[in-house]
Amino acid sequence: MAMTETFYEVMRRQGITRRSFLKFCSLTATALGLEPALAGKIAHAMETKPRTPVLWLHGLECTCCSESFIRSAHPLVSDVVLSMISLDYDDLIMASAGHQAEAILTEIREKYKGNYILAVEGNPPLNQDGMSCIVGGRPFVEQLKEVASDCKAVISWGSCASWGCVQAAHPNPTQATPVHEVITDKPLIKVPGCPPIAEVMTGVITYMLTFDRIPELDRQGRPKMFYGQRIHDKCYRRPHFDAGQFVEDWDDEGARKGYCLYKMGCKGPTTYNACSTVRWNNGVSFPIQSGHGCIGCSEDGFWDKGSFYDHVTNTHVFGIEANADRVGIAAAGTVGVAVTAHAVASAVRRIKQGAGEHHEENDKT
Amino acid sequence: MLTGVPTVKQTAVYVYQTPVRIWHWVNALSITILAITGYLIANPLPTLPGEASDHYLMGNMRFFHFAAAYVFIVGFIFRIYWAIVGNSHSHQLFTLPFWRRSFWSELVHEVRWYAFLEKEPRKYVGHNPLAHLFMVVIITVGGLVMIVTGMALYSEQTGLGSWQDHLFGWVIPFVGQSQDVRMWHHWGMWVIVVFVMLHVYTAIREDIMSRQSLISTMISGWRMFKDDRP
Repeated sequence: MAMTETFYEVMRRQGITRRSFLKFCSLTATALGLEPALAGKIAHAMETKPRTPVLWLHGLECTCCSESFIRSAHPLVSDVVLSMISLDYDDLIMASAGHQAEAILTEIREKYKGNYILAVEGNPPLNQDGMSCIVGGRPFVEQLKEVASDCKAVISWGSCASWGCVQAAHPNPTQATPVHEVITDKPLIKVPGCPPIAEVMTGVITYMLTFDRIPELDRQGRPKMFYGQRIHDKCYRRPHFDAGQFVEDWDDEGARKGYCLYKMGCKGPTTYNACSTVRWNNGVSFPIQSGHGCIGCSEDGFWDKGSFYDHVTNTHVFGIEANADRVGIAAAGTVGVAVTAHAVASAVRRIKQGAGEHHEENDKT
Repeated sequence: MLTGVPTVKQTAVYVYQTPVRIWHWVNALSITILAITGYLIANPLPTLPGEASDHYLMGNMRFFHFAAAYVFIVGFIFRIYWAIVGNSHSHQLFTLPFWRRSFWSELVHEVRWYAFLEKEPRKYVGHNPLAHLFMVVIITVGGLVMIVTGMALYSEQTGLGSWQDHLFGWVIPFVGQSQDVRMWHHWGMWVIVVFVMLHVYTAIREDIMSRQSLISTMISGWRMFKDDRP
C-alpha cells in the first residue's frame, strides 16, 4: 500500500497545493544547477515514482545537522522535503517513543528491503564494544549495521558521520569512527559541515529521491555540486586577497573595511563547501561576511589542525607543537651560524697548513 | 734537475655538459623565486591601502610562484631526459650506489674531512659521496615531493576535472586534507632553503680547500684537478 504511494500523493495529502509543488520542482532544479527543462522531469518523477522512505539515525552527535535541516531556507522546501522523507524514525522529530519507535525500524527494514535510504547523523564509537553510545538499550553501532544492511544508499550527514568531528579529535577516547569505515558495502555520500548548510542537505536528499541515484561525487565522496570548490574560490572578499589587503588585527581599519581574513587564520583557502555562495539563514550571511574567518568545519579532522586563528598552523607530528616558519627560521639561522663557524675553522686550518708547508719548504732549502 | 716545469700540474675532465649547466642555473633561479614568493604567500606583506582594484600584489606573487614552478617542473623533466641521453655523470642525480661498500666508506671519509679529522679530501670526478647523497635526497626526491604537493595545491584552483586535478588531485585525500598538503609543502621549502645554504657554502669551501675545482666546473663544465696524486 505504502509502496504504491507517490511523492506527489504524499505531498497533496499533507496539504501542499499543486502550484506549490511545481514551484518546489523548479526551485530544486535551480538549486541543483540543472537546466530549466529538468524542472518538468522532476515533477514527472515525483508524480509517478513511489515514495522512497528515509530512515534518519542519530549516533554520537549534537543534533546540529537536524537543527540545520529543519531550518531549510525556503519554508516551502522544508515542508515538502519533510513530507517526502519518512518521519517514522528520526530521534529528533518522531512522535513515537520507546519500543514502539524501535519496532518501526524493523518494520521499515522488512517492508522496504533494499529500497530505503539511510541517513546517519553522528558516528558510532567502537571502543568498549560501542558502549559509549546507546540507542534503545543497544550500542548504536549494532543499530547502524542492522539498518544499513538492507538500505539502498547511505547519507553521512555532517562532519561527525563524514570524518569523525570533535568526538574523534585526538586522542579520540571512544574511538568514534566515521560511517564509511563501518559501512563499507553500500553506496555512501558524505555531506560534511558542522552542521552542513540546510539547502545543501535538502538539495542532496531531493536529488537522490527524484533521480533515484546519488549525485556525482568527488574523490572524498562529497557531492561535487556543493563541495566542488573552496570557500576561497567564491568568497566576496577574494579581491582583497588578490590585492594584498588583509585584516591584521581584529579591530583595525582593514577589519572595518572588510579586507581578507587570511592572516587571521581564515581556512577558506583549504575548505570545500558552499557557504560563500549559498550562505546561511535564508542566505543572510556566512562567517566571513560576519567578519570572522572560516574555521574549516567541513574538512577532515579540522579540530586537530591547530589554531583557528593561525594561517601557518602548528605541526603536531613531532610531538611538540611546532610551526614550520619558526622551525625553518631557527634551522636556517643555526645552519648560517654553523656554516660561518665552519668557514672560520677551515680558514684557520688552511692558514696553519700553509704556514706548515712554508716551513717545510724553508727546511728543504 | 730543475727544468722550470711547475710541480703543480692540473688535469681536467669534462663533467657537466652544457644542458646540465644551463639546467643548474635555471633551477637555482627558479628555486630562489619559489622560496621567496612561497614564503610571502604563506606570510603576506603588510596590507596595502586604498581600493582592492588599485593593487594585485598577492595575485602577482602567486603568478610568479606558479610561473617559476612550471619552469622548475619543465627543468626537472628535462633533467630526467638528459640523465638518459647525457654522459655518465648525468645519471648521478638519479642513482645512489646504496649497496656499494666503498660508497659508504668514502662517505664517512668525506664527513671526517668536513669535521677536520682528515688531512686531505679524496678526488672525485662527479659528486663526492656526501654531496651525491644530498643531491639525490634533496634535489631529486625533495624536488619530486615539492612538485607533487605543489601541483596538488595548484589543482585546487584549476578545479575539478582539470589535468592538474586528474594527475595530482589524489594527493590531498592521501595526505589528509588541503591544509596538511599546504603545511608539508611549506616544510619542504625550509628543507630546501637550508640545503641551498649548505650547498653554496660547501661549493665555495671545496673550490678553495679541496683538490678539484667546483664553481668554475658548473660554469665551464671542466673539472680541474690541482694535483696528480690519486
